[in-house]
Amino acid sequence: MIEACFKGRLGDFSLDVELSTPASGVTVLFGPSGSGKTTLLRCLAGLARLEGRLTVTGEIWQEGRLFLAPHRRRIGYVFQDAALFEHLNVRGNLLYGRRRAGLGEDAEFDRVVGLLGLAPLLFRGVAKLSGGERQRVAIGRALLSDPRLLLMDEPLASLDAARKAEVAPYVERLSREARIPIFYVTHDITEAARLGDRMLMMRDGCIVDTIELKTQAPDAVEQDWLVRRLAQVGADELAAEFVLSGAAPTVARLAVEALNHRVNGGRD
Amino acid sequence: MSGIADIVWLTLRLAGVTTIILLLVATPLAWWLARSRFWWSEVVGALVALPIVLPPTVLGFYLLIALGPHSILMAPLQALGVRTLAFTFTGLVIGSVIYSLPFAVQPLRNAFQAMGDRPLEAAATLRAGPWDAFLTVAVPLARPGFVVAAVLAFAHTVGEFGVVLMIGGGIPGETEVLSIEIYRLVEALEWGQAHLIAGCLLAFAFAVVLSLLLLDRRTGRPRP
Repeated sequence: MIEACFKGRLGDFSLDVELSTPASGVTVLFGPSGSGKTTLLRCLAGLARLEGRLTVTGEIWQEGRLFLAPHRRRIGYVFQDAALFEHLNVRGNLLYGRRRAGLGEDAEFDRVVGLLGLAPLLFRGVAKLSGGERQRVAIGRALLSDPRLLLMDEPLASLDAARKAEVAPYVERLSREARIPIFYVTHDITEAARLGDRMLMMRDGCIVDTIELKTQAPDAVEQDWLVRRLAQVGADELAAEFVLSGAAPTVARLAVEALNHRVNGGRD
Repeated sequence: MSGIADIVWLTLRLAGVTTIILLLVATPLAWWLARSRFWWSEVVGALVALPIVLPPTVLGFYLLIALGPHSILMAPLQALGVRTLAFTFTGLVIGSVIYSLPFAVQPLRNAFQAMGDRPLEAAATLRAGPWDAFLTVAVPLARPGFVVAAVLAFAHTVGEFGVVLMIGGGIPGETEVLSIEIYRLVEALEWGQAHLIAGCLLAFAFAVVLSLLLLDRRTGRPRP
């Protein structure tokens, strides 16, 4: 289990969450921008510090005055902007965390390089990569540091539609094949529905709902189901807010659909 | 009076030693200034920048007092048998380090600030402790800043006059550097020699500025 509880202010933003999820599969943090998704992710990583506690598969990472620094937590973190090291080539980036985890270019290294299609890029300079390639390297770098928990902060958000289509299959494959729990931040409902096993809906620094995705919805009707579910849980207020906050078009569209569904009195 | 070769050697030695010490002192200072969130860190920043606006003779005057035989700062050294550091090579090095400090700190501070928190956060999530991240991520990323800092510190030390005159006094083999020698030659009406040294320093200064601009052009290109 991953159990966390954070409460406090960072600048003019406040977070108040409590969560408990199985230590497997993909947990999507979903909500409009400014709802606290990234802040929660940073608290899990130890990059931000708020009052609270955090245990990951029985290991205490934060409790009271105990606070494990990020470099002592076995995490992988994929930043929205990739954050590759510009002074190293692709191989150097991939091995940065791996060497520090006491590992090297072993079979697992080759497996991840293959999984993400990085073999032709290994000796290329980071400056010569496309946006999609950068993000794939960033995902590989995080995976190769042998993490117990993978944290991904909107890894596709900074990419245009074509690049997104290029990277998305890798992420999907990763979400199916990874043997570690993944927390995945997004404000794209399609992404959330395709990748997530469960979804934590966030608003104003709180988790307003938890939705199990994979256990209840077959692939084909996932989206339709999600729309109904959004309405069913009375999330129309939230949905309206998505529209107002200028979230991604898919979210807005789905939100409007959800709203209609509710107004028309539809219930499962 | 010593030969011109001795004077050039002394000048280069002073600039070299000063540059090495400056990089060691300026790096942690610039790092702290770049990352500190306290407003009063700017007070420290202002103190560091002071030599840019202060007349060198004023700095030299205070250094002369601070390093002289009656200074309380010298008391611990006097117990070890060192009476004064004024008019010594060591005194010159101390003066040069303080005088050129802003020229080493500023480029480094800019370089550290420009990289932001992100590379260090990424390093931390990849198991690198603070020292590890500093040495393997921050320093390599700030390399252009280090080159500029070293070149400026070296060149600025070669070119200093006022501070050297105040605390060095131009003792042959100990504190007689090129800029002082030109002054002495002109006083002695030896124009030929003065022309030679002045010309060489002019060429040196031009080469330094040109290489800095070329470096800036190479590293300052926009990223795709």
